[in-house]
Amino acid sequence: MLEYRVEIALWAISGIIPFFMLNIWTNNNLNESINISDVSLSRYFLCAFFVRQFSVVWVVFSFEEDSLMGKVSPYLIQPLNPFFRYFAQHLAEQITRFPFALIIAFFFFIFNPESIWIPNLGILLLSIVSTFLSFLIQFLIQSIVACLCFWTEKASSIERLLFIPTLFLSGLLAPVVSFPAYVKSWIYLTPFPYLIDFPANLLSGNETNISGGLTMQILWIFLLFPLFKKIWTEGTKKYTAMGS
Amino acid sequence: MVQNIINVKNLSKSFDISSKEPGFKGTIKHFFRRQTKSLKVIKDISFEIKEGEIVGFLGANGAGKTTILKMLCGLIYPSEGSILVSGYLPFRRKENFLKNITLIMGQKQQLIWDLPPIESFYLNASIYDLDKFEAKKRIKKLSEMLEIDEELFIPVRKLSLGQRMKSELLAALIHEPNILFLDEPTLGLDINAQRNLRKFLQRYNKETNATICLTSHYMKDITSLCKRVICVHEGRISYNGKLDLLLKKLSPVKEILIVCRTEEDAIKLENSGFSVKNKIKNEITIKIENHSITSSLKTILNNFDIEDLFINEPPIDEVIGKVLIKKNYDI
Repeated sequence: MLEYRVEIALWAISGIIPFFMLNIWTNNNLNESINISDVSLSRYFLCAFFVRQFSVVWVVFSFEEDSLMGKVSPYLIQPLNPFFRYFAQHLAEQITRFPFALIIAFFFFIFNPESIWIPNLGILLLSIVSTFLSFLIQFLIQSIVACLCFWTEKASSIERLLFIPTLFLSGLLAPVVSFPAYVKSWIYLTPFPYLIDFPANLLSGNETNISGGLTMQILWIFLLFPLFKKIWTEGTKKYTAMGS
Repeated sequence: MVQNIINVKNLSKSFDISSKEPGFKGTIKHFFRRQTKSLKVIKDISFEIKEGEIVGFLGANGAGKTTILKMLCGLIYPSEGSILVSGYLPFRRKENFLKNITLIMGQKQQLIWDLPPIESFYLNASIYDLDKFEAKKRIKKLSEMLEIDEELFIPVRKLSLGQRMKSELLAALIHEPNILFLDEPTLGLDINAQRNLRKFLQRYNKETNATICLTSHYMKDITSLCKRVICVHEGRISYNGKLDLLLKKLSPVKEILIVCRTEEDAIKLENSGFSVKNKIKNEITIKIENHSITSSLKTILNNFDIEDLFINEPPIDEVIGKVLIKKNYDI
């Protein structure tokens, strides 16, 4: 069991990019140029860490491997879309990550006691909803890309192309507010800022358009879901049950 | 009258296959100008299977038997022709159709590797809308039939191949399907495990009247389970009918080893008009056609002083082997 516990701890630690970014921002006083205080910024990156922990998705890699090895075949003849299995796996892992994320937050507050804050219950609940919606958007985007396995056999390469805008535009490396105004207006039309930036700002108590953000998240889910259904239906017609 | 549960008409399947020349040059060429060709692996086949039948699909590697099973269960989409299984078009994968079938592929896992099989069984039970009480009842019944008990609580990765295969079967049958598609179900199992699996399938078929479509390279699986076989050769059906008829057709004579009381009797028998294969001292091996075996033996026993005799069936693998390399068998 030891190796499993270590693996879970490593999962949690692997998402600490926001803390590196916080270090870069504060050491270079970059936050002054966008009028964000040190405390607000450290809360933002802590929340970005939490949002990332509970919205990270890797379905494209799991599905690609299962598809190429023929493991999808038994799932395809069950009366349940195989993506529900991956969805359940992600949820189960999120629950497993939770205690480790709390431990990391505990140490974060020890080193940054001025950042301690308690969000009000309403904001906390909305943040949980928003993080879950972010997870759904990412799950749908990756599921659509995963379905390309039916055509290309190497869908994860396409996912890597998506990783670049996700990294820069989601708010993982920098809050979207730090981008120039004309770039920002374009970024907000994409799904990326609603993956990390919006839920992290919401949870950290920074000024944000709550109803607008939630509406955009729901809108993206409504746009992506039929697209996933269509590509799934067409893709399964191409399935050749390789490896079996 | 027993109804047809599977109807296949003019079914064909083609795959697009890309080929690559070896070496660096081949890789560059493959990257920029990939050569793809369409390969027809199933060619205009038609057959029916009745409810409760156990039918064996025979064929050499790559003949197309697994592709047929995959199309029958709805896993892959046919290129041409029609398939109707239990009144459904398999590829549409309607919930009621999927609840009626199962597919078991020799070495392919559906069990969760790091958890005991019982967890996968309960997961499958939920997928098939079984309540916990019903699931428990079925797991108990099937585990008794399959003779697995303690293994249910041991992580899958720690089970032997035979134990895993039995667990796979239990997972695949928990919803009590009435059509089973089995692709090499005994692959890699030892002789005892193979026998137990065959016994289980016979019992399952008898108790539930389930239809079973089976592919196997182990002839014992075919001879002990299937009355009817469909032989596939290069994507076409080369024979579709009773197994015993096929065997009679392919091996019309039996070899009989006769031990005579004296060498003189053996010489007398050698010169009496039978087709003699060989003779060593007082032992003589003769070939007799299947249809005249009773009368010929009667003649021999009445006219010669016989100490012992043995009737040898030709090895089944050898006989079936002939089918796998021939295009057509009309019987």
